Amino acid sequence: MAAVLTRKPDATARPRAARARVSGQARLERRWGIGLAMPAILGFLIFTIGPMLASFFFSLTDWTIGGSPSFIGLDNYRTLWNDELFWKSLFVTTYYTLGSVPLVLVLGFVLALLLNQKVRWLSFWRTIYYLPTLVPAIASAVLWIWIFNPDFGLLNSLLRQAGLPTSQWIYSETAVIPSMIIMSSWGFGNAMVIFLAGLQGVPRHLYEAVSIDGGGAWQRFRHVTLPMMTPTIFYNLVTGVIGTFQVFNQAYVMTQGGPNNASLFYIYYLYRTAFTESEMGYASALAWVLFMIIVLVTFALFQNARRWVYYEMAGAR
Amino acid sequence: MRATRQRGRGRVAPTAGLRPPPGASRRRRRIGRALLYVVLVLGAVPTMLPFVWLIRSALMNDNQIFIAPPEWIPRPFEWSNFTGALTAQPFGRYLLNTMIIEVLVVTGTVATCSIAAFSFARLRWRGRNVVFAILLSSVMLPYAVTLIPTFVMWRSLGALDTFVPLTVPAFFGGAGGGVFNIFLLRQFFLTIPFELDEAAYIDGASPLRVFWSIILPLSRPALVVVTIFTFIGVWNDFLGPLLYLNDESKYTLALGLASFQSVYTAQWGYLMAASAAVIAPIIVLFFFLQRYFIEGVTLTGIKS
Repeated sequence: MAAVLTRKPDATARPRAARARVSGQARLERRWGIGLAMPAILGFLIFTIGPMLASFFFSLTDWTIGGSPSFIGLDNYRTLWNDELFWKSLFVTTYYTLGSVPLVLVLGFVLALLLNQKVRWLSFWRTIYYLPTLVPAIASAVLWIWIFNPDFGLLNSLLRQAGLPTSQWIYSETAVIPSMIIMSSWGFGNAMVIFLAGLQGVPRHLYEAVSIDGGGAWQRFRHVTLPMMTPTIFYNLVTGVIGTFQVFNQAYVMTQGGPNNASLFYIYYLYRTAFTESEMGYASALAWVLFMIIVLVTFALFQNARRWVYYEMAGAR
Repeated sequence: MRATRQRGRGRVAPTAGLRPPPGASRRRRRIGRALLYVVLVLGAVPTMLPFVWLIRSALMNDNQIFIAPPEWIPRPFEWSNFTGALTAQPFGRYLLNTMIIEVLVVTGTVATCSIAAFSFARLRWRGRNVVFAILLSSVMLPYAVTLIPTFVMWRSLGALDTFVPLTVPAFFGGAGGGVFNIFLLRQFFLTIPFELDEAAYIDGASPLRVFWSIILPLSRPALVVVTIFTFIGVWNDFLGPLLYLNDESKYTLALGLASFQSVYTAQWGYLMAASAAVIAPIIVLFFFLQRYFIEGVTLTGIKS
């Protein structure tokens, strides 16, 4: 079944020869085709394009819920530039991304390599390592507050028993982001499974070629696995970065952005601005800046990817 | 006995395309395998420890939970934490609310995403590929951009504090994340031989009939994957209910747990019992549908 699922068709158009053009068939398909796609198209217009334009318009106004909006041009964006909390939230989010994404990638990759071998109780191991990913974000936030509890939490208890210095974890300005990074590393299961899928796509004959040339395990990894896995690594990198830029639940449930705004994640700041302070116009500007940041970062990653991501098709072009 | 079985496994390897290991390095391979298991076990400890901590805390009374150094075995097993936590707030009601939303969202998403995917994969109409590409481009859009106007829209329609904002978008291709489902199903539909449709059309079938009688029955694995992931998405969703639901009688499980957490801040036994109760169904679901889970992640991971 997996083979069917992962098979990638290379052409989306149906073979022309196989198709007898019955008159009326084309009309039938056009009518039904547009009709069946209509809910999705309407959804896109109502829930994506419409809100996008509205959000951009809001960002040019000083609208607060209850008041009436007046057009203020780029003022919100200018205010943003001088907004200490904006920069703080950007810093916090970037800090978290730089810590969390590489950690999750490395852990996921290493575990995928290990579990891609002939291991006994394979599905048992995969289950164990995948399980944390299934825990609902709120439940895992509640659990980790307790793990991070400075007096009776799991981490400090273990550290104390080992005679090591303890930490205030999420209750300390300096430790809160590292704590959240540790917590995020618990959920490397998704990255791992995607890496596993990638590893299964590496052609066996390449390994044979290395073996015939007398290469060992390291050479096989260095010259086959790693280059063949670069597209998967890249995919996990991009989705990971986009994901960590949009962290919200942890900040809301665990720290409320504190202490002293040390965990003021970008979306949490945006949420607070919009739904606590009712500054819808300003929050929309925040949203658009985030959008632009994500577009820029993604673009930069794609540019950078040209140097190290290996695509099998590249040679054929 | 263990050793002989290991060696037996070693001999299986060449069929997998690897060169047979030279006899001299057999011992080294065996050490390598032992090391592999050591690493797997060592890695499993920090992965499972939070779960162990959750369960042991959920079953302890307040006297035992705050002992330092911590104890690992609850004495006695405080099952009353579960009954206490789950009756302190109407978790039954939260579960019912969550399931109502689940049924509507899963139905809407599967129905509208699959007919759209069918249209994009198997019906030819002008502009089809352009429309699909435009839809797909919205996958990259951060949810924050549409968040505020969407909220404002529902507010002005008087839909706050109802399930409408949480469920209606599902009937329009899932909206937002739904596009990915369309992509996934379309990919799957494309692997089904087109001769089947041709034959049906010659027999005078309508596209809807082809969809219902040919494509859907053959696509069960992909539909299950979409169902599971939509289900989990709703189960885990926090921001949506947080924005749209005010009345406690309308809370979902995720929202209920968060509000429970802010009320029972120091009652860890209760908190852990409530968390365990929210986590357990998803894990049970995972055990029954494990095959589809891994397949689903694999499938969603392959995006060119």
